[in-house]
Amino acid sequence: MKTENNFFKKLFAKNYRSRTISFLIIIVGYIAVEALMMSGNLSSMFQSLLVPVTCYIVAAIGLNLNVGVSGELNLGQAGFMCIGAFSGVCVSGALAPFISNGIVRLLLAIIVGAALAALFGMIIGIPVLKLQGDYLAIVTLAFGEIIKSLINNMYIGFDSEGFQFSFVENKLHLGPGGKALISGPMGATGTERISTFMIGVLLILAALFIVYNLMYSRSGRAIMACRDNRIAAESVGIHVANTKMLAFVVSASLAGAAGALYGLNYSTLVPSKFGFNLSILILVYVVLGGLGNMTGTIISTIVLVLLPELLRGLADYRMIIYAVILIITMILTNNDTFKGWIAKLKNSLSFKKQPKEAEAHE
Amino acid sequence: MAFLSYLINGLSLGSVYAIIALGYTMVYGIAKMLNFAHGDIMMVGAYVAFFALTSFGIPVIPSVLLSMLATTVLGVVIERLAYKPLRHATSLSVLITAIGVSYFLQNGAQLLWSSSTKVFPAIISNGSVKLFGGELQISYLTLVTIVVCIAVMVCLTLFINKTKTGMAMRACSEDKGAATLMGINVNMIISITFAIGSGIAAIAAVLLCATYPTLSPTLGSMPGIKAFTAAVFGGIGSIPGAFLGGLMLGVIEILAKAYVSTQLSDAIVFAVLIIVLLIKPTGLLGRKLSEKV
Amino acid sequence: MSENKTPVLEVIDLGIDFGGLTAVNDFSLKVFNEEIVGLIGPNGAGKTTVFNMLTKVYQPSRGSIKFLGQDTAKMTVVDMNKAGVARTFQNIRLFSNLSVIDNVKIGMHNSISYNNADAIFRIKKFHDEESRIQNEAMELLKIFELDDKAEIIAGNLPYGAQRRLEIARAMATKPKLLLLDEPAAGMNPQETQELMTMIRFVRDHFKIAVLLIEHDMKLVMGICERITVLNYGMMLAEGTPEEIQANPHVIKAYLGE
Repeated sequence: MKTENNFFKKLFAKNYRSRTISFLIIIVGYIAVEALMMSGNLSSMFQSLLVPVTCYIVAAIGLNLNVGVSGELNLGQAGFMCIGAFSGVCVSGALAPFISNGIVRLLLAIIVGAALAALFGMIIGIPVLKLQGDYLAIVTLAFGEIIKSLINNMYIGFDSEGFQFSFVENKLHLGPGGKALISGPMGATGTERISTFMIGVLLILAALFIVYNLMYSRSGRAIMACRDNRIAAESVGIHVANTKMLAFVVSASLAGAAGALYGLNYSTLVPSKFGFNLSILILVYVVLGGLGNMTGTIISTIVLVLLPELLRGLADYRMIIYAVILIITMILTNNDTFKGWIAKLKNSLSFKKQPKEAEAHE
Repeated sequence: MAFLSYLINGLSLGSVYAIIALGYTMVYGIAKMLNFAHGDIMMVGAYVAFFALTSFGIPVIPSVLLSMLATTVLGVVIERLAYKPLRHATSLSVLITAIGVSYFLQNGAQLLWSSSTKVFPAIISNGSVKLFGGELQISYLTLVTIVVCIAVMVCLTLFINKTKTGMAMRACSEDKGAATLMGINVNMIISITFAIGSGIAAIAAVLLCATYPTLSPTLGSMPGIKAFTAAVFGGIGSIPGAFLGGLMLGVIEILAKAYVSTQLSDAIVFAVLIIVLLIKPTGLLGRKLSEKV
Repeated sequence: MSENKTPVLEVIDLGIDFGGLTAVNDFSLKVFNEEIVGLIGPNGAGKTTVFNMLTKVYQPSRGSIKFLGQDTAKMTVVDMNKAGVARTFQNIRLFSNLSVIDNVKIGMHNSISYNNADAIFRIKKFHDEESRIQNEAMELLKIFELDDKAEIIAGNLPYGAQRRLEIARAMATKPKLLLLDEPAAGMNPQETQELMTMIRFVRDHFKIAVLLIEHDMKLVMGICERITVLNYGMMLAEGTPEEIQANPHVIKAYLGE
């Protein structure tokens, strides 16, 4: 009995509180959604959002590691999702004759998607992480657009001889029983939809597990050190490039995993879906949820995905209202008076917390 | 000769990018922010010019001036309402706000003018100048575009180097605190910068629509990204850099389309950008900033 | 301080140019183990530039730096720290959004033996190592009288405490040579007095050499066994505090004609 008590105490101790809350949100959310679905109270429109929302959350958790924890503005997250999505579609399509179980294929697709995105992250990271600030941002944007553009010109098919590739023009000559997996700008068509909400939820839990355990470890501290003060980090023997690379690659691989899940959720998928706008969308989730705050990322992603749907009653005005909410949120969260209110509200709510010692600058 | 013709077309497209990029770079130089809504301000300018020309039958020059007036006011209003409260916020917050403004303008345009595309009327006669015995044809539109771009660039350079306001702008971009101590109204200077940047975006809008006459609410996004790329290419914050970056980007894009592949031209443009930044991490004409230890 | 021992640090004819301007030239210095050496000179004399060369923030244009008898020509900032050189900065460079204890733990980065996979799966080694560095970090904080502030965000510390935390973080890397760049800047006389005691204690307890830049002559003359004076990037004098105080060139450089 006593150990159990300690266990719960530990779950809500300083270092663990935030991760416990994020795990709880996901698990409670999952149970609630399943309950709603079973009782038939979830509209088909909301059901269709379930898998995409898990994808966005996973990609956003990754991006938060990159932008919030590591402090590098990355405008190319959609590019890594694109790699994951189309490699996932290829893996699942090619394995379909051999493995009939959708879940197994989905998991394999996610692993391959994550691995390929990580590989590209590493290749791209070498030049990108030499740059700083806005220059780094534009290069990630550029890479994102290049990836989209390359896949937009790629033709991949699978037949008895294995994978077949062609570039710019469709020169695939597939044997009998062969299947075109990616057809350039038409993207992937006829994909078997094997993604499930449950796998999405498990993927979020895995992403949280990896990111939190990294953040509160030697590497996590090093990543934050490089963000706070690059020169000081080097002076205590931290290899800044390698450290930033770790955050970048983990972020890319989570986007790849999310992309694979996303790609296998639709029967048709075009590469142009993974453009700059998607990168920005995910960045908005991260910034609104709070830099470095994974719980915030989860909440803001859910809210922002649902918001336009909830505003659907307002028909044509919904996206304008969405934009205005975005602007007002940014202005309010940077307003000192408003921040003061929130702090007061927090203090009055957290009666258990010890008062933080705050010492002013001399 | 074909090459020369592509080159000139590239310069023409590049001129449009350069004018948009000038707006980007000026705002960045002084407000230190990436105004992602810049392309959408240009889009509004295109619509205003379109309605002035078609619905109201106003002649070309007054239409352009009207459009410039509209974007100037729009730029200043956006700055006052959305960006000014964030003067001391992190650059990421400002970026997200700019994205919000971009969404707002795009969806507002869709609401006001519907998402169906409109065809921009021809504003410059269809003729062309023939050189080398007709082997090289340069359309009047191409010539006008390049000339206008050079004119904008010259005016802007003169304004920044020769006028008192221009000097104040340079002072603000160096050190806002010191500029304030010298009695410069920094808020006013930032407003003026937005006004000029947004005003010239309308010129770019008309030139762009004269070349590619399809109007839609998302018309500003891709040229916006390209112009942003051009500004970084040339060294963000540098006015000659934006000019040079814009022109080079246009030339590379047209040459890539002509000699490599139309579908891959964007990928090639971005690849060149990456290579340039790897060789010169602050762009072609950007200043090197080193941190004092 | 016997001359026949090999020095911890041996600098020979070090020089650096910035765009044709010579910032430091012909700078030579030896620092022996368990010695506290002062580097003084008027503002702009090139003292911090010397530190930046010793830690490879700047690559010297000329001359050689030998650390523990090893040539450092090809070493980077990270290599220098791994070899055993740690420093503080004139304009404090803490990880200001992180807690005091995390600042120190970051200093222990290279002494932690678990890898990322160990951390993700939280194996026993991870927990063992984390509790080890937690204890070691607390011990270090005690020495610098920061143990009661371990969980405070470093950026919120008062100035003097920030300077002490920077030294604690440098010590966490287990250096053989500690470079202190104006450690007493911004401190009141009482804090400076405490700092002197701390520097001496650190030297005695960890048996390391200390090279420090300082303008506070009371501190320099009080704890340095030897002093090197730099003026306009050149060495002006070298000797014991008594010799330096009596040196006419030094007096002229500090007081003018």
